[in-house]
Amino acid sequence: MIEKALIGSRRYWTWVIALLILIAIGAYAYSQHLIHGLVVTGMSRDVSWGVYIAQLTFLVGVAASAVMLVLPYYLHNYKKFGKIVILGEFLAIAAVAMCMLFVVVDMGKPMRVINMFLYPTPNSILFWDATVLTVYLGLNLLCGWVALQAEAKQVPPPKWIKPFIYLSIPWAVSIHTVTAFLYAGIPGRHFWLTAILAPRFLASAFAAGPALLILLCLLLRKISDFDAGDEAIQKLGTIVTYAALVNFFFVGMELFTAFYSNIPGHMHTFEYLFVGLHGKNALAPMAWISMLLGLFAIVLLIFPNLRRNTNILAIACISIFASLWIDKGISLVIGGFVPNPFERVTEYTPGFYEVLVTIGIYALGALILTVLYKTAIEVKKEAAK
Amino acid sequence: MNENRRDFLKKAGVGSLIGLGVVSAINVATEEEGKASTRSEDTSGTRMGMVVDTRKCKEDCKACLDICHEIHNVPDLKMPDGSPDIKSEVKWIWKEPFHNAFPSKSSAFTSESLNNREVAVLCNHCKDPSCVRVCPTKATFKRSDGIVLMDFHRCIGCRFCMAACPYGSRSFNWQDPRDEANSGKMIGGNDINTEFPTRERGVVEKCNFCAERLAKNMIPACVEKCPEGALVFGDLNNPQSEIRKVLKENNTIQRKPELGTGPSVFYIV
Repeated sequence: MIEKALIGSRRYWTWVIALLILIAIGAYAYSQHLIHGLVVTGMSRDVSWGVYIAQLTFLVGVAASAVMLVLPYYLHNYKKFGKIVILGEFLAIAAVAMCMLFVVVDMGKPMRVINMFLYPTPNSILFWDATVLTVYLGLNLLCGWVALQAEAKQVPPPKWIKPFIYLSIPWAVSIHTVTAFLYAGIPGRHFWLTAILAPRFLASAFAAGPALLILLCLLLRKISDFDAGDEAIQKLGTIVTYAALVNFFFVGMELFTAFYSNIPGHMHTFEYLFVGLHGKNALAPMAWISMLLGLFAIVLLIFPNLRRNTNILAIACISIFASLWIDKGISLVIGGFVPNPFERVTEYTPGFYEVLVTIGIYALGALILTVLYKTAIEVKKEAAK
Repeated sequence: MNENRRDFLKKAGVGSLIGLGVVSAINVATEEEGKASTRSEDTSGTRMGMVVDTRKCKEDCKACLDICHEIHNVPDLKMPDGSPDIKSEVKWIWKEPFHNAFPSKSSAFTSESLNNREVAVLCNHCKDPSCVRVCPTKATFKRSDGIVLMDFHRCIGCRFCMAACPYGSRSFNWQDPRDEANSGKMIGGNDINTEFPTRERGVVEKCNFCAERLAKNMIPACVEKCPEGALVFGDLNNPQSEIRKVLKENNTIQRKPELGTGPSVFYIV
């Protein structure tokens, strides 16, 4: 089936080549890591994880959000998602692939990555994160591909695939829970040491992921003959609305606990993120943009009449996606390192090559997504004939 | 603690003794004393530790820092203007003002001499080290004598241990620590000590309580070099050791003991 991705319009190939160029630039930037070491990034002794691990965290959420299509379709027999459930699974594949690359480029000794499995260490959450992500990638490849193959042959999917589909539902929850445990289980980093981190991760994931899916559906409607259908898109809009509300409710709970208890360690990072600490506030503009975009999106989403307008829904989805990307893809990880264990503030700005590598990995993810979506759409087109 | 709770703890202790055998006998012993039990109160086996007498430590003296970094091939990374490169620096033992080393123990009313006193900080070789717990490859591990060590050849450079260490004791080699232009030297000018490995870039490192010297029946270099005798090293679990004598005779504090890591470095203030 994948050969269907090799035939496309001029516009399709222009897009693919543009992505390939970005990937090549990213690969060149990564060669600078291999030549000079991670010194070319903006990371430091104090802020020892930066945008790479932050992107991992965000994209695990995007990957997990496939469950928001799989669950209603397979468990509740919500037929309207039948057409787009494959889009969710394929988005998960691209997102997990990016996650894995972000882990590898962040490593000081990437050539030793296999040590994680040569010396499996069950007490390390990173070991479990690598394990659950690998299995989740396999599950989505299997479920997505088998379902698509059945569609191509115009037969119902084989029965043996069902257990794997059902397994993928709790597994999606597990990948984001384990990712939250990377942070929520370590002593001395008060910003992360909160039992609500995993629930908050899931809420923000189920807002950001489906928001991206809506945008992708609207894009496909514009550039191809594939139409997800208004009802499916609106249902996704409802999911985004509830998840976004729950996410901001959780953020409010974090703020209450930190500021009402008045415990300095619990307030410091919030202070740093929003108003600055010790006169340093590099992330403050981002934090405010994130907060305001999120609230703006909620205003647009909460009124059904507003979000029924596709253009307004699109604006709301762009806003909430950007808001949650800043929240998880920047503030959460970097903020957690401020202040350092000596209560000093060291700020972080990504390095030039670090930004290029990040763009390169996103381009690779976009390429995987393009190829998979192209295949799926062509298969569906032929099946419809 | 009220009697009911104590009874409950005793019963729970006895219950776990039946269930888990000998290991939990230690828990019961601590619970008998009416204190909440934590694993860090277990005093069986060997546990190497250190006492830092901050009163004896002289402000301008850097003897312990210099000898440690010299013999362990730690590079001295500087900015072009000569100030320390706080982004990439590698350090095993260094000095911090008291209020930075003990943020929760300093206030506006702490004596000025204490608040600004420079105290030596290093890896605490914790009893329950969070760095060891999070390492995905067992590249950092706790030896039977309580010393937390690094395997530089297994470390994948994920830096999870740096996030997990609440003491900022760990450094990463963001770049090659050896001076490329000047073979035989580390960055910063120290000669390479061929008795101890140099690191490649991309791995984490920290104080090792001079494990390589202990193997030769020598004490840690910082302890040996300190002209004031401000550092005492020994087995915390041995009631006859010198370090136990010092701990018995002085009030000491640990850095962030509330986190349950069980730091093995104690401070006299």
